[in-house]
Amino acid sequence: MSENIVLKTENLTIGYQSKKAQNIVASHIDLSIKKGRLVAVLGKNGIGKSTLLRTIAKVQEPLSGFVFIKNKSLKAYKHQELATCVSMVLTERLPESQLTVFELVALGRQPYTNWIDKLSDSDLEKINWAIDETEIQHLKNKRFYELSDGQLQRVLIARALAQDTEIIILDEPTAHLDLHHTIKIFSLLKSLVEKTSKTIILSSHEVNLSIKFADEIILFTDIEICIGTPSELIEKNAFDNLFPKEIVNFNRKLQQFIVNKK
Amino acid sequence: MKKITYSKQFILLSFLLVVFFFINISLGSVSIPFKEIVKTLTGGISTNESWETIILNFRLPKAISAILVGSGLSICGLLMQTLFRNPLAGPFVLGISSGASLGVALLILGSSIFGGFLLNASVSNWSLPIAASLGAFLVLSAVIIAANKVRNTMSILIIGLMFGSLTSAIISVLAYFSEAAQIQQYLFWSFGSLGNLSWNEISVFAVIYIIGIVGTIFVIKPLNSFLLGENYAKSLGINIKKSRNIILLVTSLLTGVITAFSGPIAFIGLAVPHIARMLFTTSNHKILIPSTAIIGAIVLLICDAIAQLPTSEFTLPINAITSLFGAPVVIWLLIRKKKIFV
Repeated sequence: MSENIVLKTENLTIGYQSKKAQNIVASHIDLSIKKGRLVAVLGKNGIGKSTLLRTIAKVQEPLSGFVFIKNKSLKAYKHQELATCVSMVLTERLPESQLTVFELVALGRQPYTNWIDKLSDSDLEKINWAIDETEIQHLKNKRFYELSDGQLQRVLIARALAQDTEIIILDEPTAHLDLHHTIKIFSLLKSLVEKTSKTIILSSHEVNLSIKFADEIILFTDIEICIGTPSELIEKNAFDNLFPKEIVNFNRKLQQFIVNKK
Repeated sequence: MKKITYSKQFILLSFLLVVFFFINISLGSVSIPFKEIVKTLTGGISTNESWETIILNFRLPKAISAILVGSGLSICGLLMQTLFRNPLAGPFVLGISSGASLGVALLILGSSIFGGFLLNASVSNWSLPIAASLGAFLVLSAVIIAANKVRNTMSILIIGLMFGSLTSAIISVLAYFSEAAQIQQYLFWSFGSLGNLSWNEISVFAVIYIIGIVGTIFVIKPLNSFLLGENYAKSLGINIKKSRNIILLVTSLLTGVITAFSGPIAFIGLAVPHIARMLFTTSNHKILIPSTAIIGAIVLLICDAIAQLPTSEFTLPINAITSLFGAPVVIWLLIRKKKIFV
């Protein structure tokens, strides 16, 4: 059973360490996530979603506690090795460059290429597969700065796919997208999980869509951090604590948040 | 499909490099027939012995140092721009050139203040380069220490700028207390000059240059990952600290030795990478590094030919030419393209 668990945290405390003080964002985080799941991390702004994702990806160190990826402590991973297990899609803007979509996706193969970054046949195969899966063939030769936000997001997902890792972490992949493109990204991620049995963890503000699409939800509330399938969390009334109740409320029947009527 | 177009551009550039190499050598205060130049350079015996001396001991070393200086500075500029993801970065930005200038200033200007012991034998061939390299390394090590403590690349850029103004302030103070003759001597060095290099100096130059180029080839992969930003580079398994230190070391080595031998030459490091990006419309460093190197060499050969003022006895300061000739070119390119890339 434990072989199926790709990500596990034990008594994890996340936050920022400065010289004088610890700024604890969240503590006592105990999660275990199985292979082949679409996991949504939900919570209001500034509650620690990104910090959790960054800690799991070893972009920043945990304040205390442990993260295990494939039953191996994150501390024991070298960056090179971790790059073959965890890939990322970040919210930050890419520096202005003339990279083409193909080149950008190809950069995902860096953990596997030799010192001069030569693409082998199997690298090319993976790149083309990633491009096909995300349906961006027609953009292949475009420069990435020519793309719309929705297209760019698919390209970045393709890059993470090309990296061929068991876990893909996406930090608010739908932040700048309209409803149509947001749903397209969610269903793309869902179908990728089903096809490849990779584990995809994304943070999002799309609570209603996450309840529909995600296999599991990590819910950050002011009181606690809980994890479960959407129906389990609904059963526990966990969503009631997500936002202050004056403006929006969770409707159990509709399984989504509804704006209060005045 | 793409490779064919790139190779076309490379063939054209290499051809231009050879052409300007010969043009550069054939220009000078003494006019020498082109036939004689080709004959001498291909190992034949020229009909005129003084022509042969001029070509082999003056013009050839000068053309070679133009190639080394031009390509070296351009590569440094490219490395800095990618590392800091800032199109305005260059060897000057890190304060390395200023560090080299400080070394030279201490040697030349300091002699009148601290007494003559610093300046025996009226600035020998070697004391100047050594002083400049030491100055460059001093500033570089300070920047590396700062870079390892400060994670933010923008902060490193500002630290570099601060070192730059710090060193020029020290130079101003030194100049204030110096005698006119020494200030003049320092000024002449700061104008920049590609000539005056012996074959011994050229070979030292070439060895350090090759070390720098080898180092550059080793960081092509991290450089490409830096195009996505530091966090993506890290998530791709790139050792950021190590790559950053290699880049800083290569840059300081190249800038140090170049500034020492030819004075602080502006504009090349900043502008040439942009010309390369526009000609090749790529950000891939496998293409950019060789193209930047060749274009840099061509540009400096041209600048040096202009500085030579054909048929005149005078040679204009190369530093002034690179700015006069280059700055408008860059402005025009940028206005036309409207978008600057890293």
